[in-house]
Amino acid sequence: MNASNNPSTRPQSSNPAPETCLSLENVSISYGNGKNVAVNNVFMEIPKGKVTAFIGPSGCGKSTVLRALNRMNDLIEGCGLTGRVLFDGQDLYDKRVDPVEVRRRIGMVFQKPNPFPKSIYENIAFGARINGYQGDMDELVESSLRKAALWDEAKDKLKESGFSLSGGQQQRLCIARTIAVEPEVILMDEPCSALDPISTLKIEETMHELKKIFTIVIVTHNMQQATRVSDLTGFFNVTDLVDYEGKVGCLEEFGETERIFNSPAQQATQDYVSGRFG
Amino acid sequence: MTTTPITSSGHRPGNTAKSSLHRQPNLPRNRWNAVFTILAGLFAAIVVLPLLLVLAYVVIKGGSSMSLKLLTDLPPAPGMTGGGIGNAIIGTLIVSLIAALIAIPIGVGGGIYLAEYSKSGPFASFVRFGTNVLSGVPSIICGVFVYGLIVATRIFFDQSYSAMAGGIALSVLMLPTIIKTTDEGLKLVPQELRWGAIGVGASKFVTITRITLPTAMKPIATGIVLSIARAAGETAPLIFTALFSPFWPEGLFSPIASMSVLIYNFAIMPYDVQIALAWASSFVLVMMILIMNIFARYLGSLNRI
Ligand SMILES: Nc1ncnc2c1ncn2[C@@H]1O[C@H](COP(=O)(O)OP(=O)(O)OP(=O)(O)O)[C@@H](O)[C@H]1O
Ligand SMILES: [Mg+2]
Repeated sequence: MNASNNPSTRPQSSNPAPETCLSLENVSISYGNGKNVAVNNVFMEIPKGKVTAFIGPSGCGKSTVLRALNRMNDLIEGCGLTGRVLFDGQDLYDKRVDPVEVRRRIGMVFQKPNPFPKSIYENIAFGARINGYQGDMDELVESSLRKAALWDEAKDKLKESGFSLSGGQQQRLCIARTIAVEPEVILMDEPCSALDPISTLKIEETMHELKKIFTIVIVTHNMQQATRVSDLTGFFNVTDLVDYEGKVGCLEEFGETERIFNSPAQQATQDYVSGRFG
Repeated sequence: MTTTPITSSGHRPGNTAKSSLHRQPNLPRNRWNAVFTILAGLFAAIVVLPLLLVLAYVVIKGGSSMSLKLLTDLPPAPGMTGGGIGNAIIGTLIVSLIAALIAIPIGVGGGIYLAEYSKSGPFASFVRFGTNVLSGVPSIICGVFVYGLIVATRIFFDQSYSAMAGGIALSVLMLPTIIKTTDEGLKLVPQELRWGAIGVGASKFVTITRITLPTAMKPIATGIVLSIARAAGETAPLIFTALFSPFWPEGLFSPIASMSVLIYNFAIMPYDVQIALAWASSFVLVMMILIMNIFARYLGSLNRI
């Protein structure tokens, strides 16, 4: 029932266990100064250099957990976290940790494309510049755009506004912008939900390229997408708590994507991935 | 399905004639429509008419006497002829500049605090409420306030009336507008944009100065220019603070001439020359405010990339 004590929260891999990048230890997150618990008792180990997908019904706290991974929840008034989130062994919520530094190393791409009201070039240069990038900016812009599979479409209009791109291109621009900062982890919250299948495919291809360099965590509502891009999948669900009225999110099951979709251990996971949910 | 015309079944009782789609002006609804259209047009005209009349009157009375000499000379002594309003023009510019230099940093800073830092606590609501109240305070009270605070106490180098006091009085008038437009302008910036900046590792300071403020520049700049334009034409606060001077400005801590006070003083004098100067001054002031408004619109239309 409660995923916290379940051994399946640790990805079971046939290969020797890869290095852990982010690890959540008994993480519970609440809104409204502790009044509304959004997710409860999440244990999770996200390995380095892999794509990890979060799936689950709406409102189960996927975005909440994702935002907890780079302290984006700090921006939401009244949002609190208990438990520990370790990044390379360091507690992200330690008093001495600078959240700005955290976000430099753990970048984020949002659901809605949100380019800055600047030129395409400046959109990418901005993050690098404020992070004290000293090298050749033109080169960085080009390589970031190439990695995000946007170079061919954007190379002739670098001086034009970021808004002059299509939605899918804007989203790839936001990915390029995030890459340019050279983070170690990229968090993506439903990056393709506003995109057509072709742009989606392009972004998925981008992700395949990116995972050679970065650790990626992606929230998606699209099962096919999860199977296509991810190595590991975490299924979040809503449950009733004993001494709490209202639904609370929890991590139901976490493991290799292959196994989650083909032979899940939990009935709820089976129901969800086969579309027999609710 | 039959294709029987609906005339037999769909007809309203009593309306036997084949109903035409043509507009019938005599129908009650069309008559009322016409009446209200005319009324709306009439009220619109009544609204615009005074504005046009004032503008036309000022342009005819004041514009006719325009000359370079008038813009650069000192006003004549009573009973003399010639002269101009040069000192008043410079005085208005100086006092407005002082006011802007005081009000812009404080106002924009306050707006940034309200929109970006305050956590909607009691202090922020108090500041917002205070700003609204301040914007409703009659300008003459601003004048009396600064009079009591600065002029009567001779706080600046034992000087009583001064350009500085005038600038401070006007800045009090400008503050609420600037705070409000900054606050509102920043609130219009989509939250995603801040997240985007924070997501690439920008600190709060960098996010505000490099992303949020530039994005909201349009409404903020427009608000600033409009507030300056409004303050530049104020008379009451200046009578209590900057007073007037028939001479060229002698420094920031001496009484200074301004166009609005010049109008106030000269328009009721029994000399034609002074009255003509008051009109000329009105013309220059109206033109200045007009240009500032046009400039504000231009700022508003400027598009960052
Ligand atoms: N900013 C917020 N303030 C208060 N409560 C919030 C906030 N964001 C999320 N919540 C609550 O936390 C719970 C989890 O929300 P979350 O956005 O993490 O869900 P999700 O799994 O991402 O859903 P979706 O798939 O629809 O995006 C919900 O019950 C929601 O009401
Ligand atoms: Mg979500």
